[in-house]
Amino acid sequence: MSADTDVEVLRRQGRIVVVGASLAGLRAAETLRDQGFTGSLTMIGDEPYEPYDRPPLSKQALLGRARPEDTALPRRRDIDAEWRLGVAAAGLDRDAKLVRLANGDTVPYDRLLIATGTRARPWFHPEEAALDGVFVLRTRDDSARLHRKLAGAVSRVLVIGAGFTGSEVASACRELGLDVTVAERGPAPLVGALGGVIGAVADRLQRKKGVDLRCGISVTALEGDEVGRLRRAHLSDGSAIDVDVAVVSLGAMRNTEWLAGSGVAAGPRGIACDAGCRVFDVNGIVTDDIYAAGDVARSPHPLFDYQFLALEHWGNAVEQAEIAAHNMICAGPDRRPHLWLPMFWSSQFGVNIKSVGVPSLGDQLVVAQGALAEERFVAVYGYRGRVIAAASFDGAKWLGFYEQQIAAGAPFPPEYRTVDRRTETLHPIDPAFPDPHLPTHGATVTLTGHSPSERRVAFVPAHA
Amino acid sequence: MPTTVWTERRRLRSLRDRGPRRERVQMRLVVDLNRCQGFAQCVFLAPDVFSLHGGEALLFSPRFDEAQQDRVEKAAAACPVQAILVDYSDEPTKGVKPHVG
Repeated sequence: MSADTDVEVLRRQGRIVVVGASLAGLRAAETLRDQGFTGSLTMIGDEPYEPYDRPPLSKQALLGRARPEDTALPRRRDIDAEWRLGVAAAGLDRDAKLVRLANGDTVPYDRLLIATGTRARPWFHPEEAALDGVFVLRTRDDSARLHRKLAGAVSRVLVIGAGFTGSEVASACRELGLDVTVAERGPAPLVGALGGVIGAVADRLQRKKGVDLRCGISVTALEGDEVGRLRRAHLSDGSAIDVDVAVVSLGAMRNTEWLAGSGVAAGPRGIACDAGCRVFDVNGIVTDDIYAAGDVARSPHPLFDYQFLALEHWGNAVEQAEIAAHNMICAGPDRRPHLWLPMFWSSQFGVNIKSVGVPSLGDQLVVAQGALAEERFVAVYGYRGRVIAAASFDGAKWLGFYEQQIAAGAPFPPEYRTVDRRTETLHPIDPAFPDPHLPTHGATVTLTGHSPSERRVAFVPAHA
Repeated sequence: MPTTVWTERRRLRSLRDRGPRRERVQMRLVVDLNRCQGFAQCVFLAPDVFSLHGGEALLFSPRFDEAQQDRVEKAAAACPVQAILVDYSDEPTKGVKPHVG
């Protein structure tokens, strides 16, 4: 079956392959069946487990209030799929329309959904990363291992990186009564996501809860003892601390390596797709049989200057999977755009942190409700005179309102009256995002061919 | 704004109707914490499954057993923002390879 042939035949007897058996993959499969797809459905996942929920892994699971193996996701419906779990996809052959698996098997498809997500960025030094006591946190197994370790005799935990995951780990450790040092290269925790103004609040919160927080510091080396157990960490200010656990929380890497050479626009920043989740090839031509959803996808969003947004958000995985699944088995005019407003949550140090929109685009900020000093507020971010994002600390019930404001392009600073409004904080200030000068790992692209008919784009592989 | 199918009230799969083959039946649960606004109705209705962590953050047990089913159903129904999704299917995962190691 070629790409644009009879949609009805596809819906009845097509072969759909979903690579990635986590939240996005599962919800896509359910949507396909919901919308009447009766062909064959194959779910491929590199982990040996049924789709499970990751957010509890850095919260309930570390606190011992849920077991990591109990986080399997509930099902909305039967999906009648063939599952290939515990084997990773290793390659994509677009000409033969098949996925190659790590065990040598091939799986043919008429439509392919790529939802391979991300993995934890490992510690940069492989020998140090292999020390007993050095952890990352992304999978069920990671969480189980870390929880077991934290339940034993631990003198001090080092958390490397104070993004959301790192901060949640630090919070759980403090709740377990463990001594924690957090080393963050930036000026404050959460600064990349929420800026320095809100980062300063997170900073106070961590210190108040007893975290030994060190900002503007990076970890230069992890040192083991003679039997390979972590014993010390060396910091960029020349100091060293004795630790027996280090949790590397340096963000995520997108699982796109298996697509190398396939000709789809996949790289370290994700897989580029259009607003309908159709994947681009490296020439910028949209494919019609390959779709992407979830953490691994990046697609243009009209509310944010049509920037290609890659969102590592739970809600995005669900929504984009539903859109991708719908579009996979629809004719052109029935397809829908993925226009989800970015949204996420984190709970740490007893505070519920939520955000809607894209705070890091903000050039101004006001505290529209509550007060930073009380660690209970809603901060609204503006971008060129309109509302672009909002973030709340224990103020979740107000965010729906700001979601509408962002969608409607409401003017910034907000002119309306709000509940719990404090006049002293209504003057817009710079939200203090770090300069975007950090080294990028983006793909380098070159143009090849001399005549217009030969002209093609080629990726230059990145050197780590 | 796009809506998700989460708003749909779904029939919970019934554990009671099942044969005696399974001794200890457990159901899966997830809360869409983007939707959750901390109304905490679920915490009152099923305190063994849902709890507040601090003033607003919700913690939930992703798995619960038959004894909790009525309470969890009530909690899911009472949630003002319909953020609680309970298992609808107990379809076996066909073709799952056993986990080794």
